[in-house]
Amino acid sequence: MEKPVTGTRKVFMTGNETVAWAALAAEADIMFGYPITPQNEIMHYWTRLGAKYDRGFLQTEDEISAGFTVCGAIIAGKKAFTATAGPGNTLMQEPFSMAEAMRLPIVAIIQQRGGPSSGTVIYSQQEVTLTTYGGNGEGHRIVYSTASHQELYDYTIKAFNTAWKYRFPTFVLGDGYQAKMREPLEMYDPEARNLEIIKPSPMVGLPGQIGIDREPQHLCNIYSLEEELYDVVLKVQAEYDGIIPELVEYECRECDDAEILVVSHGVVSRSTDDAVMALRSQGIKVGAFRPITLRPFPSQKLREILRSGVKKMLVVESAYGQLVRLLKQEIYGETVPIETLLMPGVGIIDADIISKVKSLIQ
Amino acid sequence: MTQPVMPKTWYVPSKPHKFCPGCGHPLILKALGEAVDELGIQNQTIYGCDIGCSLLSWNFFAMDSTQTHHGRTTPVMVGMKRARPELICVGYMGDGGGYSIGSQHLVNSAIRNEKVTLILANNTNYAMTGGQLAPTTLPGQKTETTPFGRDPALTGNPTMGPEMISSITGDGAYVARGTVAKYRQLKGFIKKALQNQMEGNGFSFVEALSTCPTNWRTNAKQTWSWLEDEMGSFYPVGELKSPFRKED
Repeated sequence: MEKPVTGTRKVFMTGNETVAWAALAAEADIMFGYPITPQNEIMHYWTRLGAKYDRGFLQTEDEISAGFTVCGAIIAGKKAFTATAGPGNTLMQEPFSMAEAMRLPIVAIIQQRGGPSSGTVIYSQQEVTLTTYGGNGEGHRIVYSTASHQELYDYTIKAFNTAWKYRFPTFVLGDGYQAKMREPLEMYDPEARNLEIIKPSPMVGLPGQIGIDREPQHLCNIYSLEEELYDVVLKVQAEYDGIIPELVEYECRECDDAEILVVSHGVVSRSTDDAVMALRSQGIKVGAFRPITLRPFPSQKLREILRSGVKKMLVVESAYGQLVRLLKQEIYGETVPIETLLMPGVGIIDADIISKVKSLIQ
Repeated sequence: MTQPVMPKTWYVPSKPHKFCPGCGHPLILKALGEAVDELGIQNQTIYGCDIGCSLLSWNFFAMDSTQTHHGRTTPVMVGMKRARPELICVGYMGDGGGYSIGSQHLVNSAIRNEKVTLILANNTNYAMTGGQLAPTTLPGQKTETTPFGRDPALTGNPTMGPEMISSITGDGAYVARGTVAKYRQLKGFIKKALQNQMEGNGFSFVEALSTCPTNWRTNAKQTWSWLEDEMGSFYPVGELKSPFRKED
C-alpha cells in the first residue's frame, strides 16, 4: 500500500486535518472517538483517509468508551489514539488513569475549548491542569503544548513515538484556534527524514501455547496491599524521573540579557514572540520562555534563565492561573517576582502583552 | 479421595480461588473454562474482568487476561476485538458493571452488534462493596442501601438484561440467561456464546443467575432456595435470541 505522505509536501490546511495526516504518517492503526467541538474534523479526515489507507475507526457511545476502547486496542498491540476537548477530556480522565497505571501508550490530541463545564466551543488554555495532572494518579504523563500547525504535525508523530518508547500516556495539547484555522506547513514522510517510527507490540494474544511455550499474561491495575501499590508507584515515578532529561523541550527567545521574562505556552507564545520583537525594537530588555513539554516541565532551564539577571517574570495564559500553578511548583525557591496576564477562555494578542510589560516597567 | 477435575484453562497457581464459600462465580467460571477447553480456544481467547467480585478472577485462567475498571470491561474488549478480530474477546462482569455503571457500553455494544462475548453474573447485589442495591435486586429484597427492602416506587423495577439486549441487538446475536442451579445448561449457553463469536455472527451475551450467601446472609439451604425459587421465578431462564438452529 502506498504511503500517505511521501517526500515533503507544502500544504495549507486546518490543524485538525494536520493531526489526521500526522497520525497516518506515524502509522497509527485505529482511532476511537466521540464528537465534541473543536476536535471533530480530526475524525472527519481520519474516517476518509482511513478508508483509503486501511486504518480503523469507531465512533463510540461516549468519551469514556473512546478512551477504554483505545486501551483495549493498545493491549492487543495496535497503535490506537483518540482526540477530545473540554467535557470530553474530563470523561477521558478515567481511561487515561488506567493507561497510566498499566503503562498503556495511549495518545490523545486535546483541542482545548472554554471552560468550566461546556464553556465555549471556541478556544482556551484551561485544560492544562486536567491534561497534566487529571485522574486519580500522580501525573505520570507526557504533554506537548503545540503553537503552530507545523508543530501539530511534528508533535503528533512524536507523541506516538514517545508513547510507545516510554509507555506513558502522551498528549498533544492544542486548542480551538489551532484546530480550526488554516496555516501553511510542510508534511513529510518521517522515513525520508530518517525519523524512526517505533513499532507497537501486543501485551496479550502473544505467540506460543500457554502452559507449554509461555505463561499466561495477567494484567491488572489493582493491588491487595498498600505496600504493593507503593512499590509500583515509586518504581514508575523513578522511571519517569529518569527520562525527564530526554523528554523536556522548550524555546527561549532573547533570554540572555532579559530583565523581564514572559512565560507562555501554546498558541499564546506566538503573541509573546511578536511582543518581544516589538519591545526589543523599543530598547526594552524582554525575553520569552516557552515550555513545549508541560509534563515534564523544563524547570531546570527556566531556573537557569531566572538566575541570569531576570528581574520580573510575566506569565501570560488564556486561563486563570493554570500555567502559573504549574510553574510555581516547578521553580519553588526562586525569588523572581511573578506578574500575570490571565485571560481565561479568550485569545491574547501581542498588544495585550506589550501594554502589560510596559505597565511593569513604569 | 478423588478431587474434582479443574478445567484445563484454569490457572492452577492461583487456586484455591479467592471467592467466598457458596459463591456462584466459580461455577460460572468453571462453565467458561470447560467451554473454552471443549472449543480448544485457550490460546486465542482474551479474558477481561470488571471491578467488583468479578475482579477476583483477574488471574483465574491460564488465558491472557486483563483487568479493567468498573463497568469498562465492555469497551476494553470491544477495542481489543476491533484491533485484532482474530482474538476471541470475553468480558466478565457483575450486574452493577453491566446494567448500571457500564450500561451505556453494554447497550451500545449490543446495538452495534460488536463481535464480543460478555458474561454477566447476576447475584442481585453489589457484593464486593458490601451488599448494596443492584439494578437486579428483587422487589422487597433487603440490601445495605435498601435496608427496609427494595421499593420499586422509589428505585424502579429490576433490570431485565437479556430481555433488553435481545430487543436491541442485531441479526446473528446470541442472548441467553442461565443459572448456576442448572450448570450443564449454563455451560451450553456460554459455549454457544463463544461459538457465535468464533463464527463472527454477532454480539453474544449470557446472564448467569448466581449466589451470594455472604451478603444475602443465608445458609446453604436458604441460598439455594433464594436462587431457585425467588430469583428463578422472577428471571426466566433460557435462550432469548440465537442464530443457531434448535437441534444445534
